[in-house]
Amino acid sequence: MSFFYRALYEIQEFTLLSFRTGRSLFRKPRYFEDILRQMEIIGTGSIFIVMLTGFFTGGVLALQSAKSLKSFGAVNLTGQLVALSLVRELGPVLTALMIAGRVGAGIASQLGSMVVTQQIDAMRGLGTDPIKKLVAPRVVASTAMLPLLTVVADLFGLIGGWIVSLYTLRLNTSLYWNTAMRSLAYNDVLEGLMKPLVFGFIIGMIGCYFGINTTGGTRGVGRSTTQAVVTASILVIIADFFVSKIVLEFRY
Amino acid sequence: MEVRPAETKIILGGGGSGKTTILKMVLGLVKPDSGRIFIEDQEITQLTEAELMPIRKRIGMVFQEGALFDSLTVGENVAFRMREAETHSEEEIDSVVRQLLGFVELGHAIDKFPSELSGGMIRRAGIARALVGHPSILLYDAPTAGLDPITSRTICELVMKLRDLEGVASIFVTHDLESALTVASEFAETLPNGEVVFKNEDNNLCLVNTRFLMLKEGNIIFEGSDEALRSSSDRYIQDFLE
Repeated sequence: MSFFYRALYEIQEFTLLSFRTGRSLFRKPRYFEDILRQMEIIGTGSIFIVMLTGFFTGGVLALQSAKSLKSFGAVNLTGQLVALSLVRELGPVLTALMIAGRVGAGIASQLGSMVVTQQIDAMRGLGTDPIKKLVAPRVVASTAMLPLLTVVADLFGLIGGWIVSLYTLRLNTSLYWNTAMRSLAYNDVLEGLMKPLVFGFIIGMIGCYFGINTTGGTRGVGRSTTQAVVTASILVIIADFFVSKIVLEFRY
Repeated sequence: MEVRPAETKIILGGGGSGKTTILKMVLGLVKPDSGRIFIEDQEITQLTEAELMPIRKRIGMVFQEGALFDSLTVGENVAFRMREAETHSEEEIDSVVRQLLGFVELGHAIDKFPSELSGGMIRRAGIARALVGHPSILLYDAPTAGLDPITSRTICELVMKLRDLEGVASIFVTHDLESALTVASEFAETLPNGEVVFKNEDNNLCLVNTRFLMLKEGNIIFEGSDEALRSSSDRYIQDFLE
């Protein structure tokens, strides 16, 4: 099969799986417990790495931007710059990349091992649809948790920026928080929360897709885990561009 | 080929001859390229995944390595089908699980995870899980492969008990000749005091309801009883038996 047909085939299969996943949400039985358990694993389990990522990103943003702002005599605006770049761009994207690494890999390797040890076959044989029982809860959980994790990352990013501004740039605390908060418009927050919704869906769906299509034993599990992380990360960055463009088009 | 109630069909063949694929097709996990499959007079060849679900309820499959869900305990694995069906109360599920685990002599392992069990125990737990809901058809995918002779014997006895005492139709895929011949030459009987014993058919030929099927590269090259298998003149079969 040539590369072109291969790609076309993968897109078709991925679309079909997404469609079946979406449809399974509206049919009984529903797996609320599984969704909650996945939310805990994906959401609560990732809080710490997201906090660290946000904190140091905010800090380095303040450090770097202060240098450029100084040449315009606008160091006062550090808060605004940190807040805008974090909430609209870096918060969602960096959180999504961290989660793609942690959660995407986890989903793909877990489902992949279940495939190669015939647990998926066994589940189908026992009359349970693995898409409903395994895929849908993971996709729902990652889509729901990513916006929340992004909010955590944004908050800790602002705190990181504040600490750097306070101790290395000698900026006034209230000045930092004032410029930061006032610069954020409704649209910025909307964009900052819409992106992680899309990213969360991509990460969950890609992880499940590569996991469930694992072939070739334990080596195959390793391969699909790598593919899931790489594909999810690239798609997150591509989707980021398009969502930004769409939001900018509808800006008023 | 055809399998009748209370009959066991043993499928022999080397690796890659399509033994496991036959079982997967019966369960509807893979679709055949050609040919048709009937389960209790209903054709399943063209059914969709959703339509297959009620039919799968009548079939139990024992997978090669057990295929227990490793995130669940043995008890939860056995209870899986009933919990999913949501038709039983927790007390009913608990009593069925204990009864089935007792049947495969794993009552003590109910709260253990599959990773804590030996290969033979995993296989037996897999059999218990396949028995939930009294399936009328059982599919065994190499249940004795890689096990010590004593554990293999235990599993063969389970297979015979289900065939002779419960009237279950089954397909037994294996390349372990010894256990295949055990299943084909002995039968289970309940004594008046309730004890189950295993007897050899000796000279009462055809007492045991088991037929052989030999596969070679996806084709059936032999079908018949164990005596006919032994006396077959086919080179491949003779090599296999040695």
